[in-house]
Amino acid sequence: MADKEAILAGLAEIVNEETGLETEEVQLEKSFTDDLDIDSISMMTIVVNAEEKFDVKIPDEEVKNLKTVNDAVEFIAAAQA
Amino acid sequence: MNRTAVITGLGATTPIGGDVPTLWRNALAGTPGARPLEQDWVAEYELPVTFAAQLSSPVADSLTKVEMKRMDPTTQFGVVAAREAWADAGLAGEGTVDPDRFAVAFGTGIGGVWTLLDGWDTLRTKGPRRVLPMTVPMLMPNGPAAAISLDLGARAGARTPVSACASGTEAMDLALQLIRSGQADVVVCGGTEAAIHPLPIAAFAAMQALSRRNDEPERASRPYDSDRDGFVLGEGAGALVIESEEHARARGARIYAELAGSGVTSDSYHITAPEAEGLGAARALRAALESAGASPEDVSHVNAHATSTPVGDRPEYLAMKSVFAGHLDSVPVSATKSQTGHLLGASGAIESVLSVLAVYHGQAPVTINLENQDPEIPLDVVTGTPRQLPEGQRVAVNNSFGFGGHNAVSVFRSI
Repeated sequence: MADKEAILAGLAEIVNEETGLETEEVQLEKSFTDDLDIDSISMMTIVVNAEEKFDVKIPDEEVKNLKTVNDAVEFIAAAQA
Repeated sequence: MNRTAVITGLGATTPIGGDVPTLWRNALAGTPGARPLEQDWVAEYELPVTFAAQLSSPVADSLTKVEMKRMDPTTQFGVVAAREAWADAGLAGEGTVDPDRFAVAFGTGIGGVWTLLDGWDTLRTKGPRRVLPMTVPMLMPNGPAAAISLDLGARAGARTPVSACASGTEAMDLALQLIRSGQADVVVCGGTEAAIHPLPIAAFAAMQALSRRNDEPERASRPYDSDRDGFVLGEGAGALVIESEEHARARGARIYAELAGSGVTSDSYHITAPEAEGLGAARALRAALESAGASPEDVSHVNAHATSTPVGDRPEYLAMKSVFAGHLDSVPVSATKSQTGHLLGASGAIESVLSVLAVYHGQAPVTINLENQDPEIPLDVVTGTPRQLPEGQRVAVNNSFGFGGHNAVSVFRSI
C-alpha cells in the first residue's frame, strides 16, 4: 500500500506519460478537465493505467466523480486500504 | 469558375530521405531504400519476405512523445510530411491562410493497420479494459487527413481518397477539383502508408506480389528488368501544398509548378490484375492530358507507376505507347520505386513530389537495378545519371494504379 504522496507521484507520472504535462503541474487541487485540459479519452487511459499501477479497480461509473487530482488520490488510497 | 492550381510547398518522409531535400538528392544519385528487416517477428512468423523499404529517419525525431502515442504510424508520417510542406510553402505561423478556404485531401491505401492489430492482440491477451480508448481514431483511414486539418487549421473539409496504390494520386485529383471549382484556395494533399507489419507482408506474399530477393534487398526493386519478381513494400508519406495561382501570387509565394491536370478511371476488369492492354490506364492518361490542355507531344517526362511486378509493368507501357505513339521514344521515364520501394497509398504523393521537382529543376531522377531491360518494354528509361530535361516549358506526368482497377494520372507543368 502506498501513502497518498506516493500515489500522487505515481499518478503524476501516468498523466505525464499520457499528456506530456510536467509532473509538478499535477497537484491535488487541480481539476482534470478544467486545469489540466484532459479529455474523456485520455482520462480513461489514465484510469486504466492507474488500476494497473496501484492494483485497484476503478469502476467506469466512478470515473465521472474523479473531478480533481485529490479525488483520484483519495479513491485509490481508499481502494487500497 | 476554372482557376489555375499551383504547387507551393513540398514535404516527404521516405525510405531514401526524411525530408524533401534529402529525398531529391538521393533520388538523383540512385539510392536503394530496401534493407533487411531486423524485427523479431520476421523469424517468429517465418515470413517468406525478410526485407522492406523502411523510413530512413525515424519520425520520433520530429514528433513529441504524446503525438507518437496518440497517432498511428500512418498519421505520424502524414503529419510530418504535411508540416514540412506547410513550412516549405512559407505558411507556418498564425493567420496566414483563411481556415474556411483551406482543405485537406490526404489518402492512404490501408490505414491504421498497426493500431488495429495491436488492439486485437491486447484484447486477446489482456481483455477489453486494456484496449486503448484511442484505438478507433487511430485506426480510421481518415485519421491522417483529420490530424492534418487539426494541426494546420483546415476547415474547408478533410477528405480521404482511398484507392489502394492510386490513393495519393487521387488526392491530387481531389485537390485540383477543390481549387478549380473555387471550394478552396489552399489544399494540403498527399498520401501516407505504414504497412510494414507481418500481416500485410504475409498477405502480399501470399498473392505473389512481393519480391523474394531476400539475399539482395537493395537489388530487389527492379522495374522493367527481365528478372523483376515483385514489388518491395515501402512506407512513408508525401505532401504537397496546392493553391490557386491567384492566392499564391497575392502572397508572393514561390511556385514550383502548375498542377495542370488529372484523370481518374477504373478498369472494371479484375480486382487485382491490370487490364492486359492498359486500356483503363490509357484512358486516365488521355483524360489527364485533356484536363491539362496538353497534347501528348508536350510531355517531357514520365514518373511511371512501375512497381517491378512481372504483370504490372507492361500494361503501363502499352498504355503510354497508345497515347504517346512515336513521341514515347523521346520521353525519359523514371521508375523511382526502384529506389523508394512501393509506398502503396503514399506512392502517388512521393512520385508527385519527385515529378514537381523534375519540372522545377529540369532533371529526371534515376531508375536503379535496370540491368537487362525487358525487350517487351522498350522505354527510354533514365538510368545511371539524372537526365537533363529540355529548356522551356516542361510537362511531367505521374501515373498511379491500384488494386481494384483504379487508374489515376496527374500532370505537372513548369511555370
